[in-house]
Amino acid sequence: MAEYLYLIPILPLAGFIINGLLLGRLPKPVVTLVGCGSVALSLALSLTLFFELKALPADARMIEQVLFTWIASGNFHVSMGLLLDPLSAVMILVVSGVGFLIHVYSVGYMHKDPGYGRFFTYLNLFTFSMLTLVLADNFLLMFVGWEGVGLCSYLLIGFWYHKKSAADAGKKAFIVNRIGDFGFLLGMFLIFWQVGSLNFVDINAIAPSVFIAGGGLITLTCLLLFVGATGKSAQIPLFVWLPDAMEGPTPVSALIHAATMVTAGVYMIARSNVLYMMSPDALFVVAVIGAMTALFAATIGLAQNDIKRVLAYSTVSQLGYMFLACGVAAFTAGIFHLMTHAFFKALLFLGSGSVIHAMSDEQDMRKMGGLKKYIPVTYWTFLIGTLAIAGIPGLSGFFSKDEILWKSYSSGFGHPVFWVIGFATAGLTAFYMFRLVYLTFHGRERMDDQTKSHLHESPKSMTVPLMVLALLSIVGGWIGMPHILGATNHFEHWLEPVMAQGKGMIDTHALMSAGGNAGLEWGLMIASVGLVLIAIFIARMFYNRKPELATAWQTRLSGLHNLLLNKYYVDEIYGAVIVRPTVYFSLFLWKVVDVVLIDGLINGLAVIYSDLSEFVRRGQSGRVRTYATLFAVGVVVLIAVFMRG
Amino acid sequence: MESQILTLVTFFPLLGAALLLLVPKERHDSIKSISLIISFITLLLSFWLYAMFEPLANGMQFEVNIPWIASLGISYHLGIDGISLLLIVLTTVLNLLAILASFNSITEGVKGYYISMLLLATGMLGVFCSLDLFMFYVFWEVMLIPMYFIIGLWGGVRRIYAAIKFVLFTMFGSLLMLVAILYILFEYHSFAGEYTFDMIRLAQMPLGHQAQLWLFGAFALAFAIKVPLWPFHTWLPDAHVEAPTAGSVILAGVLLKMGTYGFIRICMPMFPEATVTFVPYISVLSLIAIVYGALVAMVQKDVKSLVAFSSVSHMGFVMLGLFALNLQGMEGAVLQMINHGVSTGALFLIVGMIYERRHTRLIEQFGGLAKVMPVFSVVFLIVTLSSIGLPLTNGFVGEFLILLGTFKANVWYAVIAASGVILSACYMLWMYQRIFYGKVTNKENEGLLDLSIREKIVVLPLLLLVFWIGIYPKPLLDRIEPAVKQVINQMGRSGTVKFDEDFSIEPVLADRAAEHELIVNVESEGK
Repeated sequence: MAEYLYLIPILPLAGFIINGLLLGRLPKPVVTLVGCGSVALSLALSLTLFFELKALPADARMIEQVLFTWIASGNFHVSMGLLLDPLSAVMILVVSGVGFLIHVYSVGYMHKDPGYGRFFTYLNLFTFSMLTLVLADNFLLMFVGWEGVGLCSYLLIGFWYHKKSAADAGKKAFIVNRIGDFGFLLGMFLIFWQVGSLNFVDINAIAPSVFIAGGGLITLTCLLLFVGATGKSAQIPLFVWLPDAMEGPTPVSALIHAATMVTAGVYMIARSNVLYMMSPDALFVVAVIGAMTALFAATIGLAQNDIKRVLAYSTVSQLGYMFLACGVAAFTAGIFHLMTHAFFKALLFLGSGSVIHAMSDEQDMRKMGGLKKYIPVTYWTFLIGTLAIAGIPGLSGFFSKDEILWKSYSSGFGHPVFWVIGFATAGLTAFYMFRLVYLTFHGRERMDDQTKSHLHESPKSMTVPLMVLALLSIVGGWIGMPHILGATNHFEHWLEPVMAQGKGMIDTHALMSAGGNAGLEWGLMIASVGLVLIAIFIARMFYNRKPELATAWQTRLSGLHNLLLNKYYVDEIYGAVIVRPTVYFSLFLWKVVDVVLIDGLINGLAVIYSDLSEFVRRGQSGRVRTYATLFAVGVVVLIAVFMRG
Repeated sequence: MESQILTLVTFFPLLGAALLLLVPKERHDSIKSISLIISFITLLLSFWLYAMFEPLANGMQFEVNIPWIASLGISYHLGIDGISLLLIVLTTVLNLLAILASFNSITEGVKGYYISMLLLATGMLGVFCSLDLFMFYVFWEVMLIPMYFIIGLWGGVRRIYAAIKFVLFTMFGSLLMLVAILYILFEYHSFAGEYTFDMIRLAQMPLGHQAQLWLFGAFALAFAIKVPLWPFHTWLPDAHVEAPTAGSVILAGVLLKMGTYGFIRICMPMFPEATVTFVPYISVLSLIAIVYGALVAMVQKDVKSLVAFSSVSHMGFVMLGLFALNLQGMEGAVLQMINHGVSTGALFLIVGMIYERRHTRLIEQFGGLAKVMPVFSVVFLIVTLSSIGLPLTNGFVGEFLILLGTFKANVWYAVIAASGVILSACYMLWMYQRIFYGKVTNKENEGLLDLSIREKIVVLPLLLLVFWIGIYPKPLLDRIEPAVKQVINQMGRSGTVKFDEDFSIEPVLADRAAEHELIVNVESEGK
């Protein structure tokens, strides 16, 4: 079956082409069948190939398929080629699996929207791009997927383009991502001119002998790639687009802005682990940015009132965790959290979509409350997702987050400060998530009567994906249990072949140098679980038992609350420092440099020239006497000149 | 016939123009159909040319060399390489589409208009085919006249100002070029004892450094005005805003390439040392053009002047790639010449379509058109994405190769140029948003009709090119590569300019040989 690898991305592309070219001409069921069916086939093929890969011996788990030469110029050569290895296998399962569930969910969620066909067209294009991104065997084809998912994100955020806020958000996402792409591009150039190839297999083979480990060039390369990752994965300083991206329909937020696209940066770094392992400095930067983002976004999440915005900041924060993991060279832990996060965050977003659906498109949690009894399936599945993200033992999020926390402390690249930040973030996460649950599902019903009369549980097409994702949110972590629980970490073993070479790079830094003993691991684990429980308890106090307490604290800390509510004014600062000056400068260039200086100079020359001609023309007066005088003067002058010479 | 195919392609439109002279001027339909048929046959001839062209062969193909004015060494000398070939096909494609797009918009002076269009085609094709400097100059000047009329007679409100500005700028440059041509002629006479205008022979003449600098300067000014390179660009926005749709399409699609074509065909092979000396100056001007053009485009109110300034930016990329003086940069630049013709040509065509409906191009007059004209909005989006160089569209391949080559030549140039990638997204998407997104606020936009069949036929070929070049650029790059290698070889012929084994002049990386070995090793390991 391996020869059909290319069909995994091509199938959704075919769905895109069929639905796109026949937009508005196909009956709705056919659109649904093409849209969901193409992704289902992709999923089936991904599963088949996953098991085929698994059947191979560990060190032979790599299938490359080169379709044709894409760009060739001199010694530059890039193919349309795909690479299936344990890492990309995990990714295609997440993308096509979660993607398929979200396609099904969209059938119910979007059924009344006049843009139903357009929605599925975009969704299929997205799936194609994302699968290309993760299956590419070289950086440039990865970049194709990278830009493709960016385009789909732009189109889907702006799906309801009649709203200015939606169109603005789409554009913002695209432009901020382009800033990241600027770094990605330069990183690729550096790699190519050093290594002579953009193919991952080649790079892994050649890079160690070309770059000096720990040198400036490899650090620069890794940091440039990381700039790309901060754009796509919404890290400081380029995270500003993701919260605004919530203007898109909720399935989009679940698929693109939680489960798949935004994790592309993490995937890219894990894919380039050999390069990163050569640059401890770059790893340190990745870890610092990841940790800072995790904490920073979690604090903003505390104060938001829009249900989707809380989840958006939560996503930014969780992505920070993944980068923290990569930064301490625990790439496997990063990818593990990427996967579990895909399950529970997709679940949470889809659950919030179900809430919004029930609430007649209301997203403000201050107008919700007590929804538990109206939409029980949504409630229970949402609660599972919340427990998973909060890190309650036994659920998927617990295992992946715990592994990151432990590695951020114990890894050779780790530091206790990283652990403290991760630990604090875990507490904040539990708090804002339970705040969300209490405000939405418990307590007083704060909606108006009309909304209340319309409250209803969502259709099967929406609740079944919720249930499947809830199940995955529970069991998804069991494949990566820590050793101290006496289990085998299957996930780590599975990714071992991809990470082995990178690990081999740094035998000088023992990976587990910081004295990782089982007792400490137990201690840290218990501490973080304890913190989470306390956070949940406080959230319950504030938002369920004694709401007046929350209001009181809010007024007491109104300065801080406003700062958080306004997201530290980052958007305003960017606007004042970057956006507006650029516009004014551009106006200056146009109105002053172009019109006044350059054109003025040229028109000035023209004026001088025409004045000069006017002067000469005056000589042609037609009066013989003047001519005769001038003639005489001329003769005299000439004679004088000749006599002197 | 095969040996005369270049003559046929070049002068076929002229034949059509002569034919149109015989048609009574009221018979609009006959005039239109004759021009359409003539340009369609020219297109087919250029396809035939493409089919017969040997991609891997070195040197000029389909060469014709007949002495014309022997005492001055002027001959009728035509011939093409991969660069000219692609530009010829681009010209015939855009010419046909421009004529098709004019059917409804040109209602007065129809006969004169189509005669001008066909004359213009012959002028452009002649420039790309000429291997004789005299003929090159004649064709170069011939283009000017019909373009002057197209802007000045069928243009907008300020058409006279724009037309005169266009002609004065261009004339200024071409006069200096004429002086330089005459200088070379006499210089060759004192070198070889005879006169010749043959470009290939002239390129073999050794020229002193000082002379090269002056001659390069004179030619470069003529070409830079055409490109247009900052700060010689101010004629372009005026010309574009005032020109009728077809005029803008040809102007942006083909005429601007005359400048960059001149650099690679004349300046580089004939004055290699001067070329190397001028690299930093031209690169810096190109970088200014890239950033400046993009920033100014961002604040334009008229769609056409926005696209005009974006052309300044894109052509800056082409110039930068050419003067990277390595295979990737120069191949990317040539490919980007084609790409810019396709994308910007398409942009002007579709802007013309909306202008025909609303008689305005002010961005603020629109909004919410995605609802009213869904097909049009998709077409516009695809062209927009191609213009900002999204992967799998044509713009990406060219831009990427240019940046890759530039990075090797000078890292900082590449860093600055890559910022253009961000800026282009800003101005294009902002324009797209203001035209297509939001609610329909202007009553006049409510009843707009979506694209007609004729309009769909006009844009379809360009959309296909956008994806074809984006997904499978190999056939084009295969034809460009030998031609670019040829230019680099010619530059090296004098012995004063050195290039390394992958054809890049002035290598940056000290130890290329070691690196080369490394790549070879890996390749063998891979197998």
